[in-house]
Amino acid sequence: MAGEPKIRLDHVSKIYQGAEGPAVAELTLDIDPGEILVLVGPSGCGKSTTLRLINRMIEPTSGRIYLDGDDVTDVNPDQLRRRIGYVIQQIGLFPHQTIAENVATVPKMLRWDRKRISTRVDELLELVGLDPRVYRDRYPKELSGGQAQRVGVARALGADPSIMLMDEPFGAIDPITRESLQNEFLRLQEELRKTIVFVTHDIDEAIKMGDRIAILGEQSVVHQADTPERILAYPVDDFVRSFIGAGTAMKGLAFERVGDLDLAPFDEGRNGDGKPVGTITADATLFEALEEMLRTADGKTVVVDESGRPAGVVELSHLSDALRTAQDEARRHYDELGAAS
Amino acid sequence: MSEAVTPLTARWRHGRKHSVSTVAMPTGAQLWHRYSLVLAPAFIAGLGLVLWYYYNSLGVGTIAQIQVSSALDWETKLKPQLIQHLTIAAWSTLLVILVAVPLGVLLTRGGPRRIAPAVLAVANSGQALPAYGLLIIFLAAMGQGGRTVVVALVVYAILPVLRNTMVGLDGVDRSMLEAGRGMGMTRMQTLLRIELPLAVPVIVAGIRTAMVLNIGMATLAFLIGGGGLGITISSGLKLNQDAVLLVGAITVALVALTFDWFGALAERFLHPRGL
Ligand SMILES: Nc1ncnc2c1ncn2[C@@H]1O[C@H](COP(=O)(O)OP(=O)(O)OP(=O)(O)O)[C@@H](O)[C@H]1O
Ligand SMILES: [Mg+2]
Repeated sequence: MAGEPKIRLDHVSKIYQGAEGPAVAELTLDIDPGEILVLVGPSGCGKSTTLRLINRMIEPTSGRIYLDGDDVTDVNPDQLRRRIGYVIQQIGLFPHQTIAENVATVPKMLRWDRKRISTRVDELLELVGLDPRVYRDRYPKELSGGQAQRVGVARALGADPSIMLMDEPFGAIDPITRESLQNEFLRLQEELRKTIVFVTHDIDEAIKMGDRIAILGEQSVVHQADTPERILAYPVDDFVRSFIGAGTAMKGLAFERVGDLDLAPFDEGRNGDGKPVGTITADATLFEALEEMLRTADGKTVVVDESGRPAGVVELSHLSDALRTAQDEARRHYDELGAAS
Repeated sequence: MSEAVTPLTARWRHGRKHSVSTVAMPTGAQLWHRYSLVLAPAFIAGLGLVLWYYYNSLGVGTIAQIQVSSALDWETKLKPQLIQHLTIAAWSTLLVILVAVPLGVLLTRGGPRRIAPAVLAVANSGQALPAYGLLIIFLAAMGQGGRTVVVALVVYAILPVLRNTMVGLDGVDRSMLEAGRGMGMTRMQTLLRIELPLAVPVIVAGIRTAMVLNIGMATLAFLIGGGGLGITISSGLKLNQDAVLLVGAITVALVALTFDWFGALAERFLHPRGL
């Protein structure tokens, strides 16, 4: 991988006082600039502990932590944290402060002048989709769960940190709001290009949000850390397989688009036999193509262009080929890794 | 200290309910809460008026009522006693705040937390002792005078402020501290900007309790030469003059009620917005 990692955990361990074993054992992990790395694993495996080790909310028992190549294991943690955005699951907005005051927390600590803070607050609220004129002077209790979550993100972005740590940020919200927050956040990330460590225990959220996913077992042991595509195509062990659960292959189909396929030609005589035929557009994913085939109980679905004219046909064999290609690629990748080490 | 959480979370829940249904009918308790701020001063004014007419009807200053007159003379008796009384109550309350709030803060921090139960037990014994006994103990140790009274009252009234400070601070949601610390606030900043402001309602309630206790207890100050309105009450008893007794007792009651009302006002206006 080119360049130096934004965050490097080097054999980091944490043993809580009075605990029998380590909560995090010898964790080594590199996180690249601008990527979203999702930590996913069963409850109690040490995801939050790992996150809190990065911003030194807890001190590692052993190991080193590097940011931008600098060893930060011994720097002043308060100073360090102002450079790192942190979103916790419970959001933790300060109920006695207005939304504007909440969002201004870090800039105020950094002693920005009033004008600059005020501009920044408006900018951040706009960024997370809240109208500053409406929300600036509200108190947290006057927000819905989803709005509070947005403010939590805006507050963490306060002084434009290049690193964001997010601990189940969309955990306690209804599925529909969560989905829209996820989408908005991904759109935001296109612009911001932060380095993000994102914790969840929901594998679907991990697949959706992650540029890479680290699947953690007990004591934060990394079972597999890779792109969602590869993990779905080629789970390295039973733990990963059982964690990503049923429908793995189908989930993998969501990463490829119909437009990238070598489509079968549309044949009026063969395809236009009067039966209802599902149609999709070229920017649909293979997963959507499969759904359409299942819906119409047909082994194929027609791809149409913007004006609705048939452009080709996706067949079931396209899907199995795509899966096989992904699996072959992943296997080759891991074989090379194995050979190299 | 598991009940510690209840008052604050109850308040939050209450607040949230409000924002959801703004037209909800106020319950009896809420109505009472709303009007008590207005009713209390009306009641106090009424009682004051009654006292005023009663006092004037006694014929203070006339030869016929020589005993009553000398016991209830405003310039030489009631006024200086009232001032003494208030001075004792004010000093003891101020000192209670200066001691108990920082102590409460200290006892909710890391290491010292372990000795919190022991300190609370000592503070508890201060209040559990009969007030009279407490005064005598301090009399023996420090001699006569207002200063002794103030020290005894501080010991007597420290518990509510200490306990409420600790309960209030412990009632602050951990997630807020996690968020604050996570953004780079120092421990001092989280204390000053988050914990204390959120604990203010509970702390002020404790101070109000301590203040009213002190005003009541200052009535005993005369026992060890501290003066105060207790002198008038005790003369009433000694002279067997109900009028003197009544004027003394009602004046103390008026002072206590008035300051309790000030306390209620403070609770209302120091309550952080947004809760
Ligand atoms: N402050 C603490 N003191 C002692 N043990 C702790 C502390 N915090 C966490 N642990 C323990 O460390 C282990 C890892 O906890 P952690 O909170 O990191 O898990 P997690 O992966 O975030 O779980 P979840 O998905 O439930 O949030 C758990 O066994 C937990 O009991
Ligand atoms: Mg966790």
